[in-house]
Order: sequence, then structure tokens, then C-alpha cells
Amino acid sequence: MSDRRLTFKKRLHILKHHYRDKKMAPMFNAFHTFLFAPDDTTHSGSHVRVADDLKRTMNTVIMALIPVLLFSMFNAGYQHYSAINGFPTDFLVMEHFLTWDNFWIGIVKVLPLVIVSYGVGLLVEFIFAIIKGHEVEEGYLVTGMLVPLIVPIDTPLWMLAVSVVFGVVIGKEVFGGTGMNILNPALTIRAFLFFAYPTWMSGDKVWVHEAVERAGTADAISGETVLGYLAQNKGAEFTYSISDMFFGFIPGSVGETSTFLILLGGLFLIFSKIASWRIMLSAVIGSLVMGLIFNMVVDAGIITETSTFYGLMSFEYWQHLLVGGLAFGIVYMATDPVTGSQTNRGKWIYGFLIGFISVMIRVFNPAYPEGVFLAILLMNVFAPTIDHYVIKGNIKKRLKRLKNATILPKDSDSKAEEIKAETV
Amino acid sequence: MALLTKKDASLILDPLADNNPITIQVLGICSALAITAELKASVVMAISVLFVLGIGNVVISLLRNIIPSKIRIIVQLIVVATLVIIVDQVLKAFAYELSKTLSVFVGLIITNCIIMGRFEAFALGNGPWKSFLDGIGNALGYGIILIIVGFFRELLGSGTLFGFPVLGNPISKTGLYATGYENNGFMIIPPAALIVVGIIIWIQRSKNKALIEDN
Repeated sequence: MSDRRLTFKKRLHILKHHYRDKKMAPMFNAFHTFLFAPDDTTHSGSHVRVADDLKRTMNTVIMALIPVLLFSMFNAGYQHYSAINGFPTDFLVMEHFLTWDNFWIGIVKVLPLVIVSYGVGLLVEFIFAIIKGHEVEEGYLVTGMLVPLIVPIDTPLWMLAVSVVFGVVIGKEVFGGTGMNILNPALTIRAFLFFAYPTWMSGDKVWVHEAVERAGTADAISGETVLGYLAQNKGAEFTYSISDMFFGFIPGSVGETSTFLILLGGLFLIFSKIASWRIMLSAVIGSLVMGLIFNMVVDAGIITETSTFYGLMSFEYWQHLLVGGLAFGIVYMATDPVTGSQTNRGKWIYGFLIGFISVMIRVFNPAYPEGVFLAILLMNVFAPTIDHYVIKGNIKKRLKRLKNATILPKDSDSKAEEIKAETV
Repeated sequence: MALLTKKDASLILDPLADNNPITIQVLGICSALAITAELKASVVMAISVLFVLGIGNVVISLLRNIIPSKIRIIVQLIVVATLVIIVDQVLKAFAYELSKTLSVFVGLIITNCIIMGRFEAFALGNGPWKSFLDGIGNALGYGIILIIVGFFRELLGSGTLFGFPVLGNPISKTGLYATGYENNGFMIIPPAALIVVGIIIWIQRSKNKALIEDN
């Protein structure tokens, strides 16, 4: 058989065997298996149990993120032009939102974030895979897509690059790579950005393209988020309607605004059985409960309009889910199978506390208008502890059941006694 | 070295790297996290510990045969407290601003595990000269890590070294700041010190595989 008759796929397989045991093998394999199913089967690992491997799992999450990414590209432009020219009075989706002008801003501003996030992150992964001599793991495929969606639009690219290096190395690789990390890498990257460069991550100027450059000039534009208005007790000043919040025509981090598309993505993940519905549902319940408590405090007259917390506390409890990153965090971050709880009962506790604490931080700490990422990181740390006690509780319950169980005598009484003595 | 025998030299050199009090024994972490945001404070802290541990080890070593073992901890505390108060007073007299930056951490040298550790583990069982070398060695090992951490935290966090702006002026945007660079606020807060110390430990262990514990 001449080389000519070999397909592209076959040639790659031959190349693979050629590169086997060479230093660059992990890098080659990563690209190879990204394009084609490998010709050898998996020898070990937990993913043997299921029909789809880790790469398919990751691809499914990315598919759930694509609509959010596309929407965010249009929204970037929409927010930018609306801040300059004023919001359109009679809003038409085709004429005011899905326009080339809007999309162009998205291409210029959002696409570089995606490219830098993937480029730098995968470079770090490749370097680690080559040094340590293991295969490149797929974990970064999702992280790389999440990162550009949870940062403000004008984040300088070098800052993003520095944060990605930090997040991948300190958040993941030092623990042993994908599957071994304690903290969600994407949120580690955001937390690093938040604490390292706070002026780029909070305030009223970072959420809309060019708002920073124009600050202090005659062309100054404001891009305050809904939460920002509420935190300053200026709830009456913003003009966004409930449907604006739900469909996402509001300023915010790149991809967090559209609760509608996030909801669709969440349903897709639930029906493809990639993400846990228990975590999502319990996190929603948790945030509603906390919101309700705050509403009740306001209704009881304990907090009045003079209080600094009034704006956020009087905010309708269910509307917390529509603004800020709460919905995005619940669907795409809290459900991370590596850093979340593994047991079913643990997932309920873990999710509930994420929602509960997110709204609590949001209301009580004006310095962190967005508490979601802190709440999820905190619960990431506690997830193994929750699992530990859930499993321990289960063992206790079963032992009790065993002790109470009566073993019916079959052949002889002495045999039954023996079994009972052994098991108890 | 004619002055030091090989064994004596290892008393000084071992704690600098392979038996470093911070990176290997993980002692004295508290002050390493708290005061390393500025290089100047790190250096002063390193010198203070050098003084306290060097002199303290000699004093304990000289007294070692007359200290009743039941009250040896109290005697050690008195020695270290006396030396720390001297350091504290000197700092207040000659570098008041700096002593305010270091605040309670000078006083807390008393509770620095490295000092009590060396008193207990070495000075009580060895002669004054050896104890002196051991004290100097451990204090230098502590100081080196403090200065490395302080260097990176001040350079990346504030853009200065010993208070001098080495990267340009962040407000008028000169030097490196003209290119859009900004100081990293994360390096100012204590968790950053933990991560920098962690990276030093990581590098050290990957260079010297013998330091990696089995588990």
C-alpha cells in the first residue's frame, strides 16, 4: 500500500506511533484526539464507566455556552451604543440589537478575550503536560470558554493573560491537573483579577465598552449595573424592565447578563445529564430563601430607607436571579463535577449554601457587589467536608439498620447466631 | 575555610537551603506572611531575628548546665523577651516609622517558633560557639526567604524597592506604567505571601528530590 492511498486520519495514526515516547507526544495527542477518535482504547480511569469520554463532556458544556457567547457579542455593542445615544424608546430586536455595528464591537472586544484565554491557558497546559509527561487534559476547554464570559468587556488582555497563568498553575496544576483541583479554575482566575486589579473589575465604568476611556470628559458615559444602582440606594434611577433583565439587555460581565439563554443552556446540560440538576435547583432555592428573608426584614420595618442596605434588601427576592452573575454561576460554575459535592444529599446542601451565601454577600458587602464567585469558591473548599459527613451519616444509618435486623433461622439457630455475631 | 571546620560550616549553610526553617520546617510562617509586603520591613525583621537568635542561642548555651530542666521554658522566654525588648526600643528610637509598620510583629518575635525551637533543639545541648553558628544560620535562612518574598511582593504590588519607584510613577504614568502596566493589588494582601512561599517551596523541592516526603 503506497502512502498516497492513506487517508489523513491513517497518516495521523502513523505519526502518532512515530511520536510515541517522544517529549512532544502529549502535545501531538491532544490535537490528534481533538480531531479524531483515537485508535487505542482507554486503559484506566473513571470515565470508562460512561459512553462519552471527558472530551465529549467538555464539548457539551461548550455547546451550551455558544448562545451565551454570541448574545454577549451583540450585547457588548448594544450597551456601548445605547450608553452614547440613549436607549431606544421602542425596542426592536432586529433593528436595535442584532445589528452588524453591535456585532462588530463584540468581534473587536470579546473575541480577543476568548483567544487570549484559550491561547495562554492551553500553552500552560501543554508546558505542564510535556514537563510531567502526561497527556494534555481536556479540563481547560471549558475553563477557557468560561473565563472571557465572566470578566468585564474592557479588561486589558495582558491582565487576563497574567490571571489565566495564575489560575491554571496555582488553581489547578499544583494540585495535579484536571480532576484534582480544589477550586474552580475559572473562578480562581476571576478572583485573582478581582483582588489584583480592582479598578478594572468593579465600579460603574468597567461594564460598558469605552466607559473607562471617556470618564471625566464631556463624552462621559455611565455603565452602572443594576446591582450597582441598588447598592447605592438608587433603585429608582435605572430604567431596565424585568424583561430587559431576563433577556439580558443590561450591562454586566461579558456573558452573565442573559438569564434566558443561561436557563436554556442549563436545561440542555440537565437533559444531556452533564450537569447536576440537584445543585442548580438547590442553589436557586437557596438564593430565593435568602432573598425572601431580606424582603421580610424590610416588610417588618427593621430596615428603613435610610439604611445603606435598603436598596438591595428591598429588591424583590426572585429578581436576584435575573441580575448579576448569580444565574451564570449556578448553571456553569457551581455544577463543576470536580469541585462540587459528589454525593446526592451533599449536592443539595452544597447548592443551597451557594445560593444562600451569594445573595448574603451581595447585600451585606458593598465592596463585593457580586458575591457569587466568592460563595462558589467558599463552597468548593467545603464540598469534600460535606461529602465526608454525608457518607459518614449514611454508614451510621445503615449500621443501625443492620443492628435492628433480625436474621431468620434457616438451617440451625447456631448458624444464624454466627452470622449475626459476624455482621454486627 | 580555616576559621570554620566543615561541621561548623554546615551549621550555617544547612539552614540556608536544605534545612530552611521556613520552607522545610515550615516555622515562623506567621511573620513571613504579615510583614513581607515591603522589602524594608523584611530586611529589618531579618536583622532583628538574626540579633535575637544569635545572642539568645549563646546565652542559653552558656546557661545550659545551670538551668533546671523543669523551668527551662521560662528561662528561655526571659532571655528572648529581654533581647526582643532591646530590639524594639532600638527601633523605636532610631526608626520610628518602621517600628510602626512592624507594629506587634517585633514583639511577636518572642513567640516565633524558630527561636524557641533552636533554643530547645540546639542551644541546650551544644557549646556557645556552635550555638552561635546555628543561631546565625537559622536566622539567615529565615531572613533569606523573608527578603525574597518581600522583594517580589513590593516589586509587583507597589512597583517599588525599598520605597524607590523602580518601575516608574503609576500616577503620572511614566516608565513601565506608560505601556498600560498596573500594580498587582493581590500581592499586597497576606495570602499572596503564602502563595509566594509556596512557589519557593515548589521550586526548591523540584530541584532537590530528596526533600519530597513519601506519603
